[in-house]
Amino acid sequence: MATVLFYILASTALVATLLCVTRRNPVHAVVYLVNAFFALALLFYMLGAPLVAAWEVIIYAGAIMVLFLFIIMMLHLAPVEARPAPNWRRWGPVLLLSFVLVSSSVLLMSVDTAAHGGVGSFYASPRQFGYTLFKEYALAVEIVSFQLLFAAVGAYFVGREDWGEGRKGGRK
Amino acid sequence: MIVPLSHVLAFAAAMFFMGLGCVLARRNLIMILIGVEVMINGAGLAFVGASAFWQQINGQVLVVLLMALTSAEVSISLAMVVYLQRRRGNLEADNYNEMHG
Repeated sequence: MATVLFYILASTALVATLLCVTRRNPVHAVVYLVNAFFALALLFYMLGAPLVAAWEVIIYAGAIMVLFLFIIMMLHLAPVEARPAPNWRRWGPVLLLSFVLVSSSVLLMSVDTAAHGGVGSFYASPRQFGYTLFKEYALAVEIVSFQLLFAAVGAYFVGREDWGEGRKGGRK
Repeated sequence: MIVPLSHVLAFAAAMFFMGLGCVLARRNLIMILIGVEVMINGAGLAFVGASAFWQQINGQVLVVLLMALTSAEVSISLAMVVYLQRRRGNLEADNYNEMHG
């Protein structure tokens, strides 16, 4: 059963990604990409990585995609359209993908896949994961935290309002 | 492993190349960034699949580091998107050809 579910989720993710990269409206692309990330998170869970699956949903689908949406809305990048009537050509794909994803998650939660011999023998518990991350990869964690700090400072620097106006004789 | 590693890798490659096509074909900066996201997720799926295949946890750790890398990349590139939109008024990649590359 887990194998069938894997292929269903893989094709869901592929279809969602394909629809995402072909959209003209960036908001639609982001919504399809959230669908694809959700399918990927379920795939990660089935491949024995529950913590990575949770972070995929929290960080990618939750934080990064919302950041994209926030920027799109702040800069008015999406084409303005009249309030759309319920249009099945537009709503159909995303409703279908979401239905497949929700029913797959319900199936994963309700059926004990380990009892059916479906789930592979490998399963990384969060405890094991954290031990490896902070014991063997402590230096990498430090470097990545510095990288995040630099990115935050750089984003603040690039995004400030008074570019070149506060400096005398500075480059405009 | 519930599926052969080759299927996982094929799926990851398909995802990666869809993102690559998006980066190469689209001219909107937001869509280019979305293509980069798709590519990074394809790479992450390959890491998790390899981690499950060899029963090693290192691949998953690398995916988490990849997520931190992605958030840094997205924050700084979206700040540049805001900068370009405010200063230059458009986000089409073809309009930024001052270096005549």
